[in-house]
Amino acid sequence: MPEPLLIIDRLCTYFDTDEGVVRAVDDVSLAVPRGKTLGLVGESGCGKSVTALSIIRLVAPPGRIAAGRVVLQGNGRPLVLTDLAEPEMRKIRGGSVAMIFQEPMTSLNPVFTVGSQIAEAVRIHQGVGRAEARRRAVEMLRTVKIPEPALRARDYPHQFSGGMRQRAMIAMALSSHPKLLVADEPTTALDVTIQAQILDLLRQLQAESGMSILFITHDLGVVAEMADEVAVMYAAKVVEHAAVGPLLAGPLHPYTHLLFKSRPGPGRSKGGRLDTIRGMVPSPLRLPAGCKFHPRCPFRQPRCEAEEPALWQIQPGHWVRCHFAGELTFE
Amino acid sequence: MSDILLSVVDLKKYFPVRRGLLGRVAGYVKAVDGLSFTIREGETLGLVGESGCGKTTAGRTILRLLEPTAGRIELAGRDVAACRGRQLRRLRRDMQIVFQDPFGSLNPRMTVRSIIEEGLIIHRLGGRRERRARVDEVLHQVGLEPGCRDRYPHEFSGGQRQRIGVARALVLRPRFMVLDEPLSALDVSIQSQIINLLVELREKFSLAYLFISHDLSVVEYVSDRVAVMYLGELVEMAPSAELYARPLHPYTKVLMASIPLLDPTTRKRVPGRKRIVLEGDVPSPLHPPPGCRFHPRCPLAMEVCRRQSPAALDLSGHWVRCHAVAQERGLGD
Repeated sequence: MPEPLLIIDRLCTYFDTDEGVVRAVDDVSLAVPRGKTLGLVGESGCGKSVTALSIIRLVAPPGRIAAGRVVLQGNGRPLVLTDLAEPEMRKIRGGSVAMIFQEPMTSLNPVFTVGSQIAEAVRIHQGVGRAEARRRAVEMLRTVKIPEPALRARDYPHQFSGGMRQRAMIAMALSSHPKLLVADEPTTALDVTIQAQILDLLRQLQAESGMSILFITHDLGVVAEMADEVAVMYAAKVVEHAAVGPLLAGPLHPYTHLLFKSRPGPGRSKGGRLDTIRGMVPSPLRLPAGCKFHPRCPFRQPRCEAEEPALWQIQPGHWVRCHFAGELTFE
Repeated sequence: MSDILLSVVDLKKYFPVRRGLLGRVAGYVKAVDGLSFTIREGETLGLVGESGCGKTTAGRTILRLLEPTAGRIELAGRDVAACRGRQLRRLRRDMQIVFQDPFGSLNPRMTVRSIIEEGLIIHRLGGRRERRARVDEVLHQVGLEPGCRDRYPHEFSGGQRQRIGVARALVLRPRFMVLDEPLSALDVSIQSQIINLLVELREKFSLAYLFISHDLSVVEYVSDRVAVMYLGELVEMAPSAELYARPLHPYTKVLMASIPLLDPTTRKRVPGRKRIVLEGDVPSPLHPPPGCRFHPRCPLAMEVCRRQSPAALDLSGHWVRCHAVAQERGLGD
């Protein structure tokens, strides 16, 4: 297996609050393969976005990276992002690691034209002159399939629709030819037909450029379409990690299984009730002892309440954090 | 099942767009432009479409939370659009709404009990003790402990707040409820709990729902029939199983093909479910295109689509508005 592009090694990101330390990301280890997409799935508050922010070191105080390393293995020597000085890190951000967010309107500056914002990113990261930066900005808008790019570059963000703004964000992110694109819920705010356009665009750009994508989403359908590998997070930890095919065909963690079962989908019988996950996600300040999922788990045993399971490899490439993985029968 | 509870005929809601110092009306946003459908007792009609298509406006106009510009709305034989004052208030007991945002739609300064009780007080239903008993009863019906009645909304999770929203709607024993994206603010594992609750309540009290959503999988699961809206108009309406198995309108086909599926292999197995990616965005409802409103994005657009708005075809209960479908069946003009 080739070396992965990005390695997250036992990352812990904590928030110091008045009520105590919130472990938003707790001992997370992941690898983003080269030229492929790792999907990171979970419900709100599970730590998936904080994981992304930790990679590019944009966790705002009172948050801090308490332990662990993030290593970017480019073509040269590996770069330990967690050890870099801030000026060095600034070159990486928007350079070899670019990011797009859920709400493109808040990520674009409303008082500058879309073209000038992309050109600014190009100037900073590629050290070219104004005219050349401008030309490349228009070229990038063409790459993300904005019609009449030279004309639209002169528009302000509010003149763009939601889908076009997300395209503009992608144009800005890709202008520096990143090796890794971190996409945090990039299509959540968009309509399904526009979402389909953006997903298609990302897939196509990935095929052309060979970049890796860390795709963060709560939407299992989107992950099924986009990801090569999937990691499922629950209460700050990875609970299951596998290639997308095996994971969808046979999830082994009860949480993943129930998450899939609780979605209505084509062909699902209408008569019966949907499977649900009882209760709700525990507060990060009052996490249960033992397995974090045990209060909601229909398969729990006394051992789950006492002992936290490790993330172990049950089959080659399929990791599960459950004492009884493989022994449980999901109907 | 054949009793029609709600009938909407040619409903229109236009918002004036004012410009300049004098607030001259410069045009109209035709948010809802000629909507007609019926809902039977105990039936759920799903209303789907992309943001800005007018589905939320439609729901609110039917309940007279917005004044209709034109059209007829009848609930159980009574004319909703013409009602005034006391009559309208009486009618409101039969029609309630659950909002999308369980955070914004509950008053943070009111306890759960006063939020739910408010409807009873406004409608002068029961004395203090009866009202309290009724509040406890609906709390139980939506799966909340009666003990939570003295707490405030912020003490609850999103899913529990949405249960409070449902309880508030339910307390007046309505016959018809508009559910306006009731799940979209909730996490996946919580969504299924609320879906089950809504289905259970519907069976228990034979409620009729107008279920407004952009999530096509959820709509298929919950609805008996589904209506598809585009730029203020209905383009297709059919029983849920029929619509998802045999979508006729090109827009519906695109919507269906855009749903990301859990199992990407099913895409290949379902006939006609090859990936269609639509070009462009939804046009502005201020300047809807002439003819068929979908024609600028439609892969099947013909000359006639640019000129003439397609008439409604009723193909034995499967209702569609499309020139191409009409022509294919030899019904074209």
